[in-house]
Amino acid sequence: MRFNTLAVTTAALLAAGSAHAQYSGGTIKIGVMNDQSGLYADVSGPGGTWAAKKAVEDYGAAAKGLKVEVVFADHQNKPDVGSNIARQWYDVDGVDVIVDVPTSSVALAITQIAKEKNKVFLGSGPASSDLTGKACNANFIHWTYDTWALANGTGKAIVQTGGKSWYFLTADYAFGHALEKDTGDVVKKNGGTVTGAVRHPLSTNDFSSFLLQAQASKAQIVGLANAGGDTINSIKQAAEFGIVEGGQKLAGMLMFITDVHALGLKTAQGLNFTTAWYWDMNDNNRAFAKEFAAANGGKHPTMVQAGIYSSVIHYLKAVEAMKADADGAAVVAKMKSIPTEDKLFGKGTIREDGRHMHDMYLVEVKKPGESKKPWDYVTVKKTIPAAEAFRPLGDGDCSLVKKS
Amino acid sequence: MLFELIGIPPQALFGQLLLGLINGAFYAMMSLGLAVIFGLLNVINFTHGAQYMMGAFAAWMLLEWAGIPYWGALVLAPLIVGATGVVMEKLLLKRLYHLDHLYGLLLTFGLALMIEGVFRKQFGSSGLPYANPLPGGTRLDFMFLPNYRAWIVIASLVICFGTWFMIERTKLGSYLRAATERPDLVQAFGINVPRMITLTYGFGVGLAGLAGVLAAPAYNVSPLMGSNLIIIVFAVVVIGGMGSILGAIITGFSLGIIEGLTKVFYPEASNTVIFIVMAIVLMVKPAGLFGTPK
Repeated sequence: MRFNTLAVTTAALLAAGSAHAQYSGGTIKIGVMNDQSGLYADVSGPGGTWAAKKAVEDYGAAAKGLKVEVVFADHQNKPDVGSNIARQWYDVDGVDVIVDVPTSSVALAITQIAKEKNKVFLGSGPASSDLTGKACNANFIHWTYDTWALANGTGKAIVQTGGKSWYFLTADYAFGHALEKDTGDVVKKNGGTVTGAVRHPLSTNDFSSFLLQAQASKAQIVGLANAGGDTINSIKQAAEFGIVEGGQKLAGMLMFITDVHALGLKTAQGLNFTTAWYWDMNDNNRAFAKEFAAANGGKHPTMVQAGIYSSVIHYLKAVEAMKADADGAAVVAKMKSIPTEDKLFGKGTIREDGRHMHDMYLVEVKKPGESKKPWDYVTVKKTIPAAEAFRPLGDGDCSLVKKS
Repeated sequence: MLFELIGIPPQALFGQLLLGLINGAFYAMMSLGLAVIFGLLNVINFTHGAQYMMGAFAAWMLLEWAGIPYWGALVLAPLIVGATGVVMEKLLLKRLYHLDHLYGLLLTFGLALMIEGVFRKQFGSSGLPYANPLPGGTRLDFMFLPNYRAWIVIASLVICFGTWFMIERTKLGSYLRAATERPDLVQAFGINVPRMITLTYGFGVGLAGLAGVLAAPAYNVSPLMGSNLIIIVFAVVVIGGMGSILGAIITGFSLGIIEGLTKVFYPEASNTVIFIVMAIVLMVKPAGLFGTPK
């Protein structure tokens, strides 16, 4: 009897599967790849996987008859590890789309693999603006932010309010270099100067030597071209070594809400940074944050996690419209052709170079007394309209953009 | 003249030397605990980094949950972490003494991963704030010396000297050393050798916990802080000579300085320089600088 039930169920499932045979392997398989345990794990990590699953649920995939599966893996911030997982996923496990991938060096490797296998890669976590520039291709969309947008948002605002001379503390890999270069360009373009830079290894414990060099440079602004634990440690130790008391200002070029949480408002107050998304900006965001916090030990979502949610929603919209997911370049082309809209990022578009266009925000960290509730950490000072926030289409050297 | 040759102003150089010394203080304290445990128990304690992290978290929990400030944590946290070490020794390590020390290494390595996993699950990876108990500092000619960093150096020197003195110059220390050579004979004198070994392990672990409390205000209290440090500290112990207490202390301080200087001349290599030194030392003196070949 039990065997019969099983056989009937299997037959039913197979029938249901054949009705959607257009989808490769019968399912739309989403692979969330990020740092699940290292210095960027709070930025995306397990919370990123949760956001992808939530997007599938909110999209109503099951009710629409779509069979969607979300898997995840830890790339440990290592390009070789990430590449191996990507090949395994695309070739063997039937993953159709890889999302997230913080750590630019890993993302740069995976974007090439996605192109080679004609699959889809939606980057929410990586920052390097080269991904839609020199390294752009027809299988990749850059979702949340990039080094150009961060540099332009924060860098420009600081130079315009008098921070003319800059010294950089740079994480020594693709992301840090890109952020240093993009910020340096913005500073110079707005009449400032770059007096020098020191490049530190990824995941450094002690920043005192580098901070001392920054102090000796006498630059007005110490630009932090690093992220996650490295930014937290630099800011914390800068306070200890009297960098700010000595008259210099810190500029965190890439900061997440989780960094502010780790630093505490006492240390982080007054810092300006650029973000693509903040949980306390409207009711939709707040509702999302509430659910996120309940499922993730009280932590609130970062812009990367929100970006994963938004990119997965749009991906599902495109494959549902096409009723197919096998041809990665075609899916990406479809995604570019329809406007994006979801409850977290609102309305937006995707440019031909793969850049998702939306507004960015310049925010300032609150003083301890101004914070009224848990994770109430920043005030939005300025909205940077999408057209201004991202690099002009012609400036990126992307091969997909037709030269006029 | 010399300073012009190497292209760095003397003031900056002194500053970097001092910072190197401060980092060296951490390496010394951490490798000291490892050397004590290896020298007297023959256990390669890979959990040391996790125990250092537990020290920092214990300080944070004492402050947040029990309102006990830094100075209280400085005493209590090492005791708490040391106590977990005692439990671990009683339950697990004890069963491995008659085996090759590779087994101890594997066990402690596995435990380290588990402990870190639990803390990461509970507290996330970006860490928690811990206020500096000694804010401010002194403006020296060549740099701004934060009070707290000065305190770290002093505390580390006192701890290192105290431990060295206890093991090499006191009666208790001589029992310990004798017990590692001939446990049967020492037992025959009526000394409880197993208990002594348990307490020694607890002491070594307590040292890691103490280093963790000292690190909490300076670095980020994060589940990853131990794994970032432990590999470097193992290199320090290997260079100094496994089990040599004096070697651990001297190498710890000197490697801190070497690393500090690398941060000025070629910062990209600052994470690697210690391993280069290790390779060179092992080629010339395979037992380490202060080790005795067996």
